[in-house]
Amino acid sequence: MIGEHHSSKQYDHELETIRSKVLLMGGIVETQFSDAMTCFRIDNAEHADRVVAEDDVVNQLEVQLDDACSHLIVRRQPTANDLRTVMATIKVITDLERIGDEAAKIARTAKSLHARGAAGLNHYEMVRTIATATSDMLHDALDAFARLDGKQAVQLIAQDAVVDHEFRSILRNLITFMMEDPRTISSALDTLWVAKAIERIGDHAKNIAEYVIYVVEGKDIRHTKPAASAPGQSA
Amino acid sequence: MPMPIPIPTVSVKNKTIEISNLNFFYGKTQSLSNVNLDIHEKQVTAFIGPSGCGKSTLLRTLNRMYDLYPGQRAEGSIMYRGRNILDPEQDVNMLRAKVGMVFQKPTPFPMSVYDNIAFGVRLYEDLSKGEMDERVEWALKKAALWDEVKDKLGKSGLSLSGGQQQRLCIARGVAVKPDVLLLDEPTSALDPISTAKVEELISELKEDYTITIVTHNMQQAARCSDYTAYMYLGELVEFGETDQIFMNPARKETQDYITGRFG
Repeated sequence: MIGEHHSSKQYDHELETIRSKVLLMGGIVETQFSDAMTCFRIDNAEHADRVVAEDDVVNQLEVQLDDACSHLIVRRQPTANDLRTVMATIKVITDLERIGDEAAKIARTAKSLHARGAAGLNHYEMVRTIATATSDMLHDALDAFARLDGKQAVQLIAQDAVVDHEFRSILRNLITFMMEDPRTISSALDTLWVAKAIERIGDHAKNIAEYVIYVVEGKDIRHTKPAASAPGQSA
Repeated sequence: MPMPIPIPTVSVKNKTIEISNLNFFYGKTQSLSNVNLDIHEKQVTAFIGPSGCGKSTLLRTLNRMYDLYPGQRAEGSIMYRGRNILDPEQDVNMLRAKVGMVFQKPTPFPMSVYDNIAFGVRLYEDLSKGEMDERVEWALKKAALWDEVKDKLGKSGLSLSGGQQQRLCIARGVAVKPDVLLLDEPTSALDPISTAKVEELISELKEDYTITIVTHNMQQAARCSDYTAYMYLGELVEFGETDQIFMNPARKETQDYITGRFG
């Protein structure tokens, strides 16, 4: 994929097609996420519907890519870095599809929140920090996948602890609001669902980064202590 | 209390053959340079690499097959059973009885199936008719051929199909009860079903024998070997456990070759 070419140009072409489709899918979910956050910030029901509708495109891409990967395995019997790329791709697209689901969830929640009117709560300000951090993580994850940059992947895995921490702080904040003024409960819960969805997107971005490390180094670092790969971060 | 996860341990296998600082020359042309490699007991070791990389040459040093050709010589050491088999004192016939070989094209002798097996045994052992019958049956069963030929033991070995002929050659190699079997592209002239049978046979034979196989088919090396050596231009580029070589090779040259980015 990177570096020298296969003796078979067709093989190169097949791998490249898969790679560019994954990047296309990544681009779509990234836009989906940022559009969903815009919907959460400003009332725009039509825009929210578009984000939800976009999910179909992402789902279709997942099916197509799964199929392309199976075909590549049966036709080429990939080995070494090619095999790792295909295995990682199959997993990356699952995470991308789930990010799409979370983005659609945010858009739907945003629509109902705006329809009801957010009482006594600056709902967007509440999630602004976590949204920005997660959006950076997702961007970096896709970038690391595109460039097969193991270093960047390691850095962004450490970022996930920050996002998790931010989520817990939002939760505490929202509980305070709800206790002080029960009228905020429904919008606080909506905000909490959104924060949770964002936090999940962060987890998916972290997964993608882990697959990048698998492709580059052949090491499976899932379910290992983060200290092993990212010193200096603790939850 | 969660169950502790058993940590897979790489058991240290006994070495059957230890190759050190091996150089090989066809006249003035050097075709192996400083090869160092251990062949592990009762394991399958595959040699892979592009044509002319020296993998067949390396295989042929292990039973001194090159002795048959003047001008070919090997330097260094190949330790087997405590002695260097490259030593001129080495009894080559005894060596070849212990280190048997099967070639790319099936090479049955123009004689009956029974005599194909018995021929080699008679060179080394003096068996009664009954003992010889048992040995022939045993060897053919080892080579997974008995059921197919038991009713035509008197027929010519050449009347068998290609896949059967190759298994006959393996049975012939096994019949003299060697330690090591050298297989030089044993399935390159066979159809997929016969190939699968020979591969199945390899995994059964490794219960009793140390096996070394030269193959151009990388999937075959991945399927049936425990260790893989990648060779290029007469040098051993990388040697390791097959899973590691095919999942995550340490050397870029190896990766380029096994992923098809070569040449």
